[in-house]
Amino acid sequence: MFKIILIMASGILAGWLLRRRNLRLLGRIISVLIWLLLFLLGVEAGGDERIVKGIASLGMEALVITSGGVAGSSILAYALWRVAVRRKTRESGKGGEVR
Amino acid sequence: MKGSLIIVGFFILGIIAGMTGLLHIDDFGFDVSFTALAMLMFCVGIGVGSDFSALKSLRTQSGVMLLLPLITIIGTLAGCSAISLLFPDRSVSDMLAVGSGFGYYSLSSIFITEYRGAELGTIALLANICREIITLLGAPLIYRWFGPLAPISSGGATSMDTTLPIITNVSGKEFVVLSIYHGFVVDFSVPFLVTFFCSF
Repeated sequence: MFKIILIMASGILAGWLLRRRNLRLLGRIISVLIWLLLFLLGVEAGGDERIVKGIASLGMEALVITSGGVAGSSILAYALWRVAVRRKTRESGKGGEVR
Repeated sequence: MKGSLIIVGFFILGIIAGMTGLLHIDDFGFDVSFTALAMLMFCVGIGVGSDFSALKSLRTQSGVMLLLPLITIIGTLAGCSAISLLFPDRSVSDMLAVGSGFGYYSLSSIFITEYRGAELGTIALLANICREIITLLGAPLIYRWFGPLAPISSGGATSMDTTLPIITNVSGKEFVVLSIYHGFVVDFSVPFLVTFFCSF
């Protein structure tokens, strides 16, 4: 795992050095690698009878986990929005006093 | 959306190849997934390194709202921990690893497959595709219930590309820069958080 992070860090450094170049090709390469890797994930999952038989319940599990994540982040985002609004009204209130 | 369909297409093709026995993952003689993953991470790194300028435009954004990426990360992880009570067979760290994809399905599922096996990798792929789809379809409702920042949070790492149009539509144009910044930071956190939770 450490290896992967190290590889990414060297990529960041390379990207910073190349920042003035046109990197349009990069997006294509990334897409192709992602397709390849997801194809391989499919090969691995498809070759595993346990996964093939359980795909419906795995999908259900996935949906439930995601709903939890979306709900949790939405509730906190609502709280942050309340804080931002309250600050804004307080600031504009102060501005009124000065005048 | 078209991108997601292509991704799912390749995944399904792979499943067919695996089920029919046409291909087997050990056929290649070397660890082809790890090699491809290393190349991918290098390319992702180049993308991040060459694009720091995107963050500079943010100085104009107002104070507390800059915390939104952190809010998204904490909220998602809290939500996933709560959900893990429903699945006693799975460890909390597995759930958190799946949740830390934040909609970045390709990278997170690839990582999780590498470190936790194809079963959890498949869950991660489906869960993170769901996150994008839920945001695309549910943004108006999420906005009505939880305010203008929630669709951005819900979009996770995708708030800077695939779900940006619907967010702009629902929350308003003034949230575009915040949404891009949010996507950028959350996206950046994915490889670190996923590897972190996979290491338990």
